[in-house]
Amino acid sequence: MSAAARAFLIWLLAMLAGAIVVWNSHFSADMSFFLPGRPSAAQQVLVDQLKEGVVTRLLMVAIAGGDAAQRAAASRQLRGRLEKLPEFVAIQNGQAGSLDADRDFLFRHRYLLSPAVKPERFTVDGLRASIANSVDLLASPAGMMIKPLLPRDPTGEMIELLSGLNAGAQPNTQEGVWASRDGQRAMLLIQSAALGSDTDAQEQAIATIRSQFAESAQYAGFSDARIVISGPGVFAVTSRETIKSEVSKLSSISTLAIIAVLFFVYRSARLLSLGLLPVVSGALAGIVAVSLAYGTVFGITVGFGSALIGEAVDYSIYYFVQSGRLGAAEWRARFWPTIRLGVLTSVCGFAALLFSGFPGLAQLGLYSLSGVLTAALVTRFILPALAGNDHPVRDLSHLAPPLKQGIRVLQGLRWPVILLTAAALTVLVIDRHQLWHPNLSALSTVSAEDSATDMALRADIGAPDSRYMAVITAPDREAALQAAERAGQQLDALVAKGIIGGYDSPARFLPSQATQAARRASLPASDELAARLQLAQADSPLAANKLAPFLDEVAKAKEQGAITRETLNGTSLALAVDSLLMQRPNGWSVLLPLRPPAGVKGVDIEPVRAKLAGSGALFIDMKFEFDRLYNDYLDEATLLSLAGFAAIVALLAVTLRSPRRLGAVLLPLLLAVILVIAGVHLAGEQLHLMHLIGMLLIVAVGSNYALFFDRAGKEHRLDAPTLASMAIANLTTAIGFGTLALSSVPVLHAVGITVGPGAVLALLLAACFSEREGE
Amino acid sequence: MIKRLLGCLFLLILALPASAAFDVGQLMTDLARNKGGKAKFTEKKYISLLDKPVVSSGEMSYTAPDRLEKRTLVPKVETLLLDKDILSIEREKQKLSINLANQPEALAFVDSIRGTLSGNRAALEKNYALHLSGNADKWVLTLLPSDQKISALVLRITVSGSRGLVRSIEYLQADGDRSVLNMEPIETK
Repeated sequence: MSAAARAFLIWLLAMLAGAIVVWNSHFSADMSFFLPGRPSAAQQVLVDQLKEGVVTRLLMVAIAGGDAAQRAAASRQLRGRLEKLPEFVAIQNGQAGSLDADRDFLFRHRYLLSPAVKPERFTVDGLRASIANSVDLLASPAGMMIKPLLPRDPTGEMIELLSGLNAGAQPNTQEGVWASRDGQRAMLLIQSAALGSDTDAQEQAIATIRSQFAESAQYAGFSDARIVISGPGVFAVTSRETIKSEVSKLSSISTLAIIAVLFFVYRSARLLSLGLLPVVSGALAGIVAVSLAYGTVFGITVGFGSALIGEAVDYSIYYFVQSGRLGAAEWRARFWPTIRLGVLTSVCGFAALLFSGFPGLAQLGLYSLSGVLTAALVTRFILPALAGNDHPVRDLSHLAPPLKQGIRVLQGLRWPVILLTAAALTVLVIDRHQLWHPNLSALSTVSAEDSATDMALRADIGAPDSRYMAVITAPDREAALQAAERAGQQLDALVAKGIIGGYDSPARFLPSQATQAARRASLPASDELAARLQLAQADSPLAANKLAPFLDEVAKAKEQGAITRETLNGTSLALAVDSLLMQRPNGWSVLLPLRPPAGVKGVDIEPVRAKLAGSGALFIDMKFEFDRLYNDYLDEATLLSLAGFAAIVALLAVTLRSPRRLGAVLLPLLLAVILVIAGVHLAGEQLHLMHLIGMLLIVAVGSNYALFFDRAGKEHRLDAPTLASMAIANLTTAIGFGTLALSSVPVLHAVGITVGPGAVLALLLAACFSEREGE
Repeated sequence: MIKRLLGCLFLLILALPASAAFDVGQLMTDLARNKGGKAKFTEKKYISLLDKPVVSSGEMSYTAPDRLEKRTLVPKVETLLLDKDILSIEREKQKLSINLANQPEALAFVDSIRGTLSGNRAALEKNYALHLSGNADKWVLTLLPSDQKISALVLRITVSGSRGLVRSIEYLQADGDRSVLNMEPIETK
């Protein structure tokens, strides 16, 4: 078997193995890309909330068109249909009767649920005071509602329960169902059974809502009905769609453009396919490496492929164009060291990203590193064997004179370039406080339009935004509930002081067994209660003999079993409890969402933190954690970029062994970075951490071109093939990265908009500062 | 025979302007002119369960068309605020917000007061049949629930007043309990 056949066989086997890995890889386009790889305790809450939190399972729905009656009919229809489906655990549209199950549960178990149930409440004085209070309450309009319950609940436990609940900002109602503030839309709040992180199931659920809505509207004879759905599930599905379509769109654009360039250069289908070999190998190797290392490949990582294609194709261009008249051995001796150094600087840049705690960034780093390295190795070891010595590239020497002329023009522009860069630097220094986007939303794939829709629906429906939470972990459910009750007592004090407006707790509807037992023990025996009641009500307008039902109810409550999680089934309270009390692999966790006082935007954090300090509850401000997460990423990205840059400088210093040559290679790269960043800023884009990574990649990728000028300087000549290959390689890289700039995914766009122009500038500036011929 | 009929018709025609002088439409116009104000109120609730009526008193203020505030001072301080369809009740440290859409009983009660105060005939006629007696200076408007759900709770609401001012609202429940709310306007400069 010939060397070529053997090389090809090895390559083919490796490709097949890779294809098998890719075939079995798990691809995802969810939030995990942005979530910390090594979260702190507070960040873990954030991650859990985003992946499994109940808020991620909420879908907000607005029905528009028609008149209020038609919208209400469609809303009722839709609720009726969705209720029958297992994919939805709760559908709220404000319609009467939907809360009956909840109210029945509360009333039936009021003596185990009411925090007011203590031994002293059932003493003669306690009974007298609480019943007098209920009688006073009859004077109030709310009395209309409690009057029927009075004989059974004279101490007012039901009122105790209801007043503890968050009535909060309720949506408007029209025609008996929820409506938007302006009354133009009917509103529903739907909770899917699937986790928010299960994008497939969310997509299915959204599609089901849409199809059921279409049927509901048809049934109601409501022709111009429109539905708007928003929520984390919708974002997840839309983002995934965006990323999917962009991956195929960007890769196609980049591949087609690069093939066109190569075809212009090679004019040969055989060379073209050979030239693409390292690229295909690199792209495959990148996905294989990520899949093996992380288990999951992010869609955005694959989207980065179009840039990788642009860079990886450079090596085969160098090989074919430069080795045309020299042969493979001579090429290896003369050119390979320079190319190898370029590959290594690129690898340094990408390797810096590997150490990021931001999983998406680490993946991009590993993907690009494996891709570039594989493409270079395939070019070096497989390509010569496959191509043989017979690859006559079209003579490109006619490209040399205009290129050389261009270089001479550029060399004359050194001072203007330096002045321009100084101006750019001045702009950046002056605007340094407005350069950066302040938070993680900069990286979000959610469009501004979708975000606005979401905000509007949220305001209309009064959906909770769980910004503040107290979090408790405990070994088992009972311990978790007891801890929630202890923290609740601390929080009650804060509510009384007006520091917080209120809070939710799973213990409200599912008290710990200990608390239930204590409450049950507070209830006196029937005869005892009857005797006390006689004494208590002696002077009251509500005579004790009218309260026989009360005695029965208390007796029943003493006999009744304890409330368990199963008792809640069939009520929407079950959902409330499940969302606040969760079993984790290592125990149970409780969330206590806190609300700011009415009319106040935020919560004064310090007193809350201080109050909860000893209770084992961790207080978290989600917005603050998000901002901190982003700032951590940004700080880390700054460090990594500097480390990557330092590694590249060290590598070049060791290899070039001359401060002057090192300076000559680095100067154009630094100027390119400054010019590009100033350009992006002046174009009105706010910088975020991916622009920063882009700066590093300008140096890592752009150094390839600067190094050729360095080599030419060493040899005191720049031959036509080298010049042509540099121009073409630079063009393909610019196409690859430039395509990313078209992306609507911020992560990809930022890299594209910096590295695309940056690579071109690196070449032009390297030419500008290259040694003049005959110097 | 025909003459007699014509005579009747003539009498009828004569009688028309007299009744047109004060009818529900006229009353509603008078009421709608009232853009708001303050009043002292006393409310007595006669409840069969209790041996004596529950009495409460305080101040009310109304801002057209749909904001009504009732501050009870006796027996317990309590503020009731009706803003559109959200009724919030604040007493001591308890705060209760009720969405009236889910409470037909409360809604009927609220609409009777709110509809009368704002002179919103359409809102009143949605739930009640209206009967007016008396004249512009001393009128009595009786509201009879037309909706089955409401009439199961409220038998009759009797509102009386003079000109554009409501003086009392009596509310008779299906279980025989009733409440009487008397209002005395406070002249505001």
